[in-house]
Amino acid sequence: MSAASMLSRPVYGTLSPQAGKHHLLVADAEGAAAILDLAKNAPADFFAKAHIIYIPGASGPEYIDALKALNPERFYEGPSFAAALPRLRQTFDAAHMGTRLYIAGSEGLIGQVMQVAAEAGVDHASIQTEQRGSLARRVQCVHCKGITENVTTQPVKCSHCGLLLLVRDHYSRRYAAFQGVCINAEDPTDIPPTEEIFR
Amino acid sequence: MRAGSNRIDVTVTDVVVVNELVKRFHFERTHGGILPTFSGGAHVVVEMRDEGKTRLNPYSLMSSPLDTRDYTISVRRDDAGRGGSLFMHREVKPGQRMVISNPVNLFSLDLRAKKHLMIAGGIGITPFMAQTAQLAGRGGNFELHYACRNDALATYADVLTARYDRRIHLYRDDHGEKLDLEKLLSTQPLGTYLYVCGPAGMIKWVRATAAEAGWPDETVHFEHFAAPQPGKPFDVRLAVSEVDIRVGEHESLLEAIEAAGLNPPYLCRGGVCGQCETNVISYDGKFLHNDHWLSEEDHRSGCKIMPCVSRFEGKSLTLER
Repeated sequence: MSAASMLSRPVYGTLSPQAGKHHLLVADAEGAAAILDLAKNAPADFFAKAHIIYIPGASGPEYIDALKALNPERFYEGPSFAAALPRLRQTFDAAHMGTRLYIAGSEGLIGQVMQVAAEAGVDHASIQTEQRGSLARRVQCVHCKGITENVTTQPVKCSHCGLLLLVRDHYSRRYAAFQGVCINAEDPTDIPPTEEIFR
Repeated sequence: MRAGSNRIDVTVTDVVVVNELVKRFHFERTHGGILPTFSGGAHVVVEMRDEGKTRLNPYSLMSSPLDTRDYTISVRRDDAGRGGSLFMHREVKPGQRMVISNPVNLFSLDLRAKKHLMIAGGIGITPFMAQTAQLAGRGGNFELHYACRNDALATYADVLTARYDRRIHLYRDDHGEKLDLEKLLSTQPLGTYLYVCGPAGMIKWVRATAAEAGWPDETVHFEHFAAPQPGKPFDVRLAVSEVDIRVGEHESLLEAIEAAGLNPPYLCRGGVCGQCETNVISYDGKFLHNDHWLSEEDHRSGCKIMPCVSRFEGKSLTLER
């Protein structure tokens, strides 16, 4: 999954502490483990200037105590990205240059946080990202433009217009989604087998 | 040698004395019509025919990108320089025909920014004249901090202050006014991009301070036209062309290659754009790298040189050119 099959296919790295006055760390589920790993190499005062936004999702309470034990300046735990979004926007609005951004977890989370960061004028190349946990994709149907979340299969049925979509590696940073294209436009009765490949 | 393949024939329409060191030159197309579109931060290379010697110097365009009926540049006279600025000051008169290159921008605004923070030192103000005009035309958010020696040499500070009022901050050395850079950088909203143009020492200071304050490299833009440094003459073998040349004391390697009749690619002639990057086939001696283009690893490898600004000392040097 890490190989860049297409130029637009995002490539993720490993979180590492950057020079900065403040640090905003956003993670979902197993992304918490990436923050815990970063903490092993972080300067002593790193978390005193850090704000962690965590969406446990399928991981449940597993990582919460460990994250709190890092003693971040602020810690937020929320049920979904949508629930965390107002806080994220407000944080970007109030932030100054010198604030560094770290995102870890699912591709869907990384992409959506980067999307909000880009709206705030943050250069995508300056953001530290690390993919952990589910490889489920956020897919935009190129026909009806609807977004289908947590796609694990190839092909997938568009949750909006019902077309059967081939999930491409073609990625849009602007939509934070992979592009899904009708796989059987010429003959809708030709239905290829569905495989679960983005787990 | 010539100012590149896309040359423009122009006529000098006006020469204005701005202050004791700076003159402004206005160019229009000799054969009429508007000049090519450019964006703030772009430069042109001006061809100077100076007593059998051709000088090619880059100058930032300082006129508004919204008006391409003419181009204007401002040239600071450098009495100890290589002679280009003295030629412009002494020889170039209204009505004179000249040749310039198409504009090239190696210092453009990043329009994804929420705010543009500009820092200028001395004649480094010129690209910001065009950039502020471009941003003001579309309601852009910018702030300019301008350091200069004194009021008499605060080139265009009056124009800028009249146009943009409190967005312009002036720091005069002789008044002991100092830019508190750490404070300035720590109070900028997220989404601010930084631009700096001025002396090499200022650029180094701003970049180092920004890096320490946690500004990502992607948000820090700088431009410095490093004039080629003089040095000991050296001999070079151009293997592809099968020509041997000698680089004189006050000549750059690029200029010597051009004087031998070759037309290698270039854009900035100041060690930043990467166009003239040349492979080294063999050498016995040491390189004097002065560019901002090659990585430190490239510099150490001895495999590459930027002939616009870098030199060589030693027994032999063979280039793939």
